[in-house]
Amino acid sequence: MLAYVLRRLWQIAPTLLGVVLLVFFLFTWVGGDPAYLLAGKISNPEQIENIRRQLGVDQPIYVQLWIFITQIATGDFGVSWATNEKVSEIFATRLGPSLTVLVPLLLVDTLLAIAAAMLVAYWRGSLTDRLVMIGCTVGQSISILVYIIAFQYVLAYQLGWFPVQGWSESFTDNLFRFSLLPIIVGVLVSLAPDTRLYRSFFLDEINQEYVRTARAKGMSETRVMWVHVLRNASIPIITNVMIQLPGLLAGAFLIERFFSIPGIGREVLLAVERSDFPVIKAVTIYVAIATMIINLLADLMYKLVDPRVQLK
Amino acid sequence: MIGTATIAAGPGHTESPGLWVLAWRRFRHDWIGLVSLYVTAFFLVLMAASAAGLIAGDWGKEVGVSHAPPGFMGPGATATQPAPRSAGSPDASRGQQKDDSGIADPLADVLVQIRAKAPPGSVDTDVADPLADVLAEIRGRSGSAAAAEARAPTLLFGGDKWGRDVLKKAIKGTETSMFVGLAAAVLAALLGTVFGALAGYYGRWVDDAFNWFYSVFTSIPYLLLILSIAAVLNQKGTVTVILILGLTGWTGIFRLIRAEYMKHKVREYVQAADAIGASNTRRIFVHILPNVSHVVLVQLSLHVVLFIKSEVILSFLGFGVGVDTVSWGSMLNEAQSELLLGNWWQLAAATAAMAVLVTAFGLLTDALRDALDPKLK
Repeated sequence: MLAYVLRRLWQIAPTLLGVVLLVFFLFTWVGGDPAYLLAGKISNPEQIENIRRQLGVDQPIYVQLWIFITQIATGDFGVSWATNEKVSEIFATRLGPSLTVLVPLLLVDTLLAIAAAMLVAYWRGSLTDRLVMIGCTVGQSISILVYIIAFQYVLAYQLGWFPVQGWSESFTDNLFRFSLLPIIVGVLVSLAPDTRLYRSFFLDEINQEYVRTARAKGMSETRVMWVHVLRNASIPIITNVMIQLPGLLAGAFLIERFFSIPGIGREVLLAVERSDFPVIKAVTIYVAIATMIINLLADLMYKLVDPRVQLK
Repeated sequence: MIGTATIAAGPGHTESPGLWVLAWRRFRHDWIGLVSLYVTAFFLVLMAASAAGLIAGDWGKEVGVSHAPPGFMGPGATATQPAPRSAGSPDASRGQQKDDSGIADPLADVLVQIRAKAPPGSVDTDVADPLADVLAEIRGRSGSAAAAEARAPTLLFGGDKWGRDVLKKAIKGTETSMFVGLAAAVLAALLGTVFGALAGYYGRWVDDAFNWFYSVFTSIPYLLLILSIAAVLNQKGTVTVILILGLTGWTGIFRLIRAEYMKHKVREYVQAADAIGASNTRRIFVHILPNVSHVVLVQLSLHVVLFIKSEVILSFLGFGVGVDTVSWGSMLNEAQSELLLGNWWQLAAATAAMAVLVTAFGLLTDALRDALDPKLK
């Protein structure tokens, strides 16, 4: 087990190097000299000169790359070009609001999608199944933007059931007042594709022979579905949930933007608008690292769920 | 398969139907697939006609009054419907006032303030509006212009803030969004197929290199990667969006095509091609490619939908198509603030156009997959 983890961590190294190179060349070559970029945005020439010196713009390319690698290793990306706030500080303060919305969102969505998918898979081919599937297809074809705009307008603006947007200092207030509508919209948007996907996972299992055996020895349908089928269908479900985790770190850009949640996603959008490279670079690199580690964790979880899985 | 079919068709033999003929026969019996094919074809014709300037060429013309309601609601639908709840906010009331006079005096608020501050008895403090002359001239000119081309009080499907026809905008938006989706999907499919073919066919270090490339691209979340590139390029435009989406979206296709090539390269027909002296390039592109092309086709249509959705989000955020181009994303962006005034038609038009196309395309993809690969069922 330990040998496996160490070997996987070792395999991450070349990929990580690739991500560092990709981000570096993207921002250094394509992005160009910050002096041109910031000319209209920062009026103080001294400040721009400072930024250029920090990045080592006048130095050879390998020195600049080395500066970038030290930044990643130490976690010190300097200050934001737009607000002069320390990038590490931005991370620390924005992560909380993002997670407050996104962790409950992912939990509720996963549980609801599993329940809904199991129901329609159990009644496959019935009218309910077909109606739900058609509903999912049509629901998925509408842009997430429309859901957010419409729900915010009707539920918050017109009916006043929720605050239109905002955020406060207290955690409970944030979770139970400001996060509710974002969570509802988020669940609604991801429920359709997830239900469709999980339904196909359940259908793969429902026709297996072990299900017939379980029924033959007189087990209740609830137990067959929730214990036998669910456990066997859980590997692809875990994969799908794990795939969504890195996105959780980067935040749901649109939800945070519409509801003015001071999270990482909104920060990234602001940074893109202001050409605030240090922030985007830091987010991209760290989310990529997190993605690789999460992939490893997913593989370890397979073993936990299904002892037959061989980790090689 | 196509090759063997031709050889077998000697004298006395009847030619056996190929993959595409069989697929078409299966497809013809799938009425959902047929309907979605017609809908998609209709959108394609719409796109072509709009691109050629046959329809909606004058979408930018301000034909109706500002926020003209749809024809079936009758004129004055907006006037009788004062913006709910926003009446108290100064922005909204100023907006209404601006609508009445056509041109608002930018100094009006300041002047009112100055005049209010002056003691009521004093005559000397006669604050003159420095813009009065200019405004009078502008108002006169725009008044005559309006008289020359009478603005319609209602439009078939409503108008936007500047009185442009929403229906024409939706057609123009269809052109932009669909073109971006198609072009980006073609680019992504091209990259994914070539990379996947090379990696799967040659294996060894070529495979390692492409796999490394693949894992680098997939370890950055898709939307984050797109936003980083948008930030770096720092320029808007249709071509930019196509490049961003196409250059980042090849990974899924690569993975599938690579697996197909690994499967096919050891088959007899490829060995036979080797025996008659076909070069590697010929084997990759002439012998194997036709046999995996159905996978490419299904992936292509799957990615069109994905890229249309991404383009809409990018354009909505303002990182997408240029300001002088209309896309579903930019329409939704305008619709967001219009909705606060109770004007829902632009939102409805963009949403409906997009939902119909995306649903049709999605169902078409499913039907294509069923027709091309009956083993899947």
